[in-house]
Amino acid sequence: MTTTATPGQQPRTEPESLHEKPPFELFDKNTQAFVYNNQVNATQRMLDFDYVSGRATPSVAAIIHPTGSDGLSKFFFGRREILIPMYKRLERAAAEHPDVDVMINFASFRSAAASTDEALDVPQLKTIAIIAEGVPERDTKRLTIKAKRLGKVLIGPATVGGIKAGCFKIGNTGGTIENIVESKLHRPGSVGFVSKSGGLSNEEYYTIAMNTDGLYEGIAIGGDMFPGSTLLDHLLRYEQIPEVKMLVCLGELGGSGEYDIVEALEQKRITKPLVMWVTGTCSKAFKTEVQFGHAGAKVGSEAETADAKNAALRRAGAIVPDSYDDYGEKIKETYLELVEAGVITPQPEPEVPVIPMDYAKAVKEGIIRKPASFISTISDDRGEELMYGNVSISEVFERDLGLGGVLSLLWFKRLLPAYATKFIEMAIMITADHGPAVSGAHNTIVATRAGKDLVSSVVSGMLTIGPRFGGAVDGAAQMFSEAFDRGLSPQAFVDEMKRKGVNIQGIGHRVKSIHNPDMRVSIIKDYVFKHFGSSELLGYAVEVEKITTTKRNNLILNVDGAIGIAFADMLRSEMTREEADMYIQLGALNGLFVLGRSIGLMGHHLDQKRLKQGLYRHPWDDIAYMLD
Amino acid sequence: MAQKAIREADGMRMLARLLGEYSDGRYVVDDKFVSVGPDTNVAALPEQHPWLVEERLVVKPDQLIKRRGKNDLILVDVPFDKAKAWIEAKTKAPITIHGAFDEAGTPLDEGTFGRLTNFLIEPLVKHDPSDECYVAMVSTRDGDEILFHHRGGVDVGDVESKALRLHVPVGQAPSPQEIESALLREVPPGKRAHLAGFIEALFKFYVDLHYAFLEINPLVVTKDAVIPLDLAARLDSTAEFAVGKRWGKVEFTAPFGSSPTKEEAFIEELDAKTGASLKLTVINPEGRVWTMVAGGGASVIFADTITDLGFMDELANYGEYSGDPSEEFTYLYARTILDLMTRSKHPKGKILLIGGGIANFTDVANTFKGIIRALREYKVPLQDGRVKIYVRRGGPNYREGLRMMRELGHEIGVPIEVYGPETHMTKIVSMALKGGM
Repeated sequence: MTTTATPGQQPRTEPESLHEKPPFELFDKNTQAFVYNNQVNATQRMLDFDYVSGRATPSVAAIIHPTGSDGLSKFFFGRREILIPMYKRLERAAAEHPDVDVMINFASFRSAAASTDEALDVPQLKTIAIIAEGVPERDTKRLTIKAKRLGKVLIGPATVGGIKAGCFKIGNTGGTIENIVESKLHRPGSVGFVSKSGGLSNEEYYTIAMNTDGLYEGIAIGGDMFPGSTLLDHLLRYEQIPEVKMLVCLGELGGSGEYDIVEALEQKRITKPLVMWVTGTCSKAFKTEVQFGHAGAKVGSEAETADAKNAALRRAGAIVPDSYDDYGEKIKETYLELVEAGVITPQPEPEVPVIPMDYAKAVKEGIIRKPASFISTISDDRGEELMYGNVSISEVFERDLGLGGVLSLLWFKRLLPAYATKFIEMAIMITADHGPAVSGAHNTIVATRAGKDLVSSVVSGMLTIGPRFGGAVDGAAQMFSEAFDRGLSPQAFVDEMKRKGVNIQGIGHRVKSIHNPDMRVSIIKDYVFKHFGSSELLGYAVEVEKITTTKRNNLILNVDGAIGIAFADMLRSEMTREEADMYIQLGALNGLFVLGRSIGLMGHHLDQKRLKQGLYRHPWDDIAYMLD
Repeated sequence: MAQKAIREADGMRMLARLLGEYSDGRYVVDDKFVSVGPDTNVAALPEQHPWLVEERLVVKPDQLIKRRGKNDLILVDVPFDKAKAWIEAKTKAPITIHGAFDEAGTPLDEGTFGRLTNFLIEPLVKHDPSDECYVAMVSTRDGDEILFHHRGGVDVGDVESKALRLHVPVGQAPSPQEIESALLREVPPGKRAHLAGFIEALFKFYVDLHYAFLEINPLVVTKDAVIPLDLAARLDSTAEFAVGKRWGKVEFTAPFGSSPTKEEAFIEELDAKTGASLKLTVINPEGRVWTMVAGGGASVIFADTITDLGFMDELANYGEYSGDPSEEFTYLYARTILDLMTRSKHPKGKILLIGGGIANFTDVANTFKGIIRALREYKVPLQDGRVKIYVRRGGPNYREGLRMMRELGHEIGVPIEVYGPETHMTKIVSMALKGGM
């Protein structure tokens, strides 16, 4: 409010904003709320309601996220996306959003009282809805008194909240957006409704929509024994609201709130037609005391029964049906009388903006499709169990498929036979390491000693793998299989390579020779010739080796060559020639070396760390400085 | 999740343990008594509590029974062997207990039938009947009310009209002076200050421990002692998270006569295992009309409508499922009801109402899956028992749910009539009951 003093007049106060509400209205089309606790679905549902109601601004100004940190959260407002601020502290949110006067408190029953207490202390917050069920009665009583003293309104606890048609919706009230539109909650009607039950409110709103021009406002006060606001509190508000022409109320057995309504009817504090029914007339069918669903729904004395309450209301002038069965009809009769009397003039239906369906829902219902951005054909983590191809992880262990089996499933999309998976494991074991001096291990060691982490250090070593280091596995397989496929004799192959001046990949070793064989190669050769169905490429390579070793005795088939060529033999036995060639071209053999050697590189990293080796600096005397 | 009654023994124990704290040690309540449950070996009790055989005793049931005196359920001034024999006699067979009596002591109601299982044995406190008075505290919307009457005991009569009252607004506590002037006018002056101090402490105890109701009758007040002889109380069970540790071991027990049937106990067990809600009360196992209704509010309204349309005697059960129970739980729940309702046949056939309002967010088709599974399983008994089923429900995906139900009817050869939100919620009740069968 601003105060302006005009000469000669008393200072007078003027509403600062045009949206100033009369005190009996809790919400209007500009009302904004804080949602306490990060309730993503409830918040989105409020925004969807806002959109179909034609609100210009979202009804949620900010989310209070006491266990999170300040930030922004993304939501839809109709078709576009908006950002809603999140605050850890209510105080901060209030300072940032001085126009907010409603808080929807989704705190748990443990903390609902404390957070509501805090909200009551924030002067700008006038209405607080408490959703939690199970707030201790003494806490609610204390909060109720405090709210009353401060001229504020509590709705709840133990409620879904309420809705002012076309204006403002508390949390999850009204159900899905389809239901909101079907129950005509997106535009105002003439009925003021209040009930205890929140669960039944959808049913009641629909009944009201079917039998009248619709709801003006509906509040569910919650099922507790001592709710923060009573049925009567809201009926008295509706009595004052000019747009509300008739009242509908659903009471419940237990407690005495309905007798306050009886008194108000007798005292003519309620003059608008009131259609009311008190549920729980069945309690007389029970032999012992029954606690129905709501905490307050329990009969302590004859007066608390539904029958006694219904009778008292009827006597006081409320329109009380004979059973719930006629509730809708009584509402309709009352409405039609008001139309006839000219009190209500039915309005034309406004157009309803369409809210696009949520993608997830549309997918679930199978009514849209979209091309996927990614495809994967080797594994699936979505079901009951992780799948490698069509084999479940438990089957991998039941059948003892081993590392070779897993690799064959994930790399070649098939379970290779045991001889092959065993060979894969042998290849990994043989390539696992080759001492600290080779370039990969060396780089890893240097990086580790520079204080780098495992991934960086291993990658540093890994990056040396290529044409000169480790790449021969791939190269040999390609070179030998190409020559073999062209039908070149071993001699013709050696000659051609010599003529081109190209070293044959996979041939030659720095120290090993025909007289001092590499045990790794012997192991592979023995295994392949013994277990492989076809080993024609390796046989071809052995013939080539016979020729090259006549030239120099260290021009032997080396370990890279043996693994690569034997691998090509294996692939050719288990799949078509084209497929086998494709895997070699895709780099599968290179991968085999990388996989094996990563074991060793990690070993070197761990070794250096364990030994607490300091930064390595290459000695000057080992570098020939030749600047000229 | 509400105000719940506790046993006298639990209340007395709490009072004995904690009243001192609320009165700076000025008032001490003795917890010299023994609880007897269904598994207690009464004969062996004196080993641990030698006073049982050394003193004269009082025995009474501890099962939330009102008017124990009028029902002749308090045995006073007996030795242990008499007490033991009395308990044996009382537990042998179920008995009927009345809640209201006229001046002459004639029962005014048909009474509640049930079994006595729990008792209290306490030492006889010799006192002058004129020292007995009545005190109660009850939680009201705007605070608490303390009721006091200078006469107490079994013949206290209508305290509602006789007692003096002191209203205590929320957040306040009465001073001993306020208590004295408002409540203790009729008490001999020599006892007033002492008694006021006791009530002051008792009120603090009651508020701080989230009692919703606390009644002590009789409260024996002499010049130098205040002794509570009998106690009834309700705690606000929602406060358990805050003061449950202070309460100690407390049992929220069902009132006398409402011990659950096997099926009810099974549903209670299911209910405890899930965050959802499953409730079953069998009202009349021979009843013709069975209900299985989604939602706490709707389930009451269905039972109401059956009653209001004049079919209360035919109402077999009160049943409710809500909070989105899993398919398995819904199946087990439905199965229990189908089993109960097909145990016997009715010449006019039976009716099952699968009702509900318009759901907020629960997928209706999903919740129907468990029910459908159970109906399929009970195909033959349902046919044999000439059961007719009426379904009414709305909410997310309700069309699919209703379609499934309709198809099921054809599949299992059981008449199933299916209605959506356009039909008033309880119309299926009148259709089923008044449509004639």
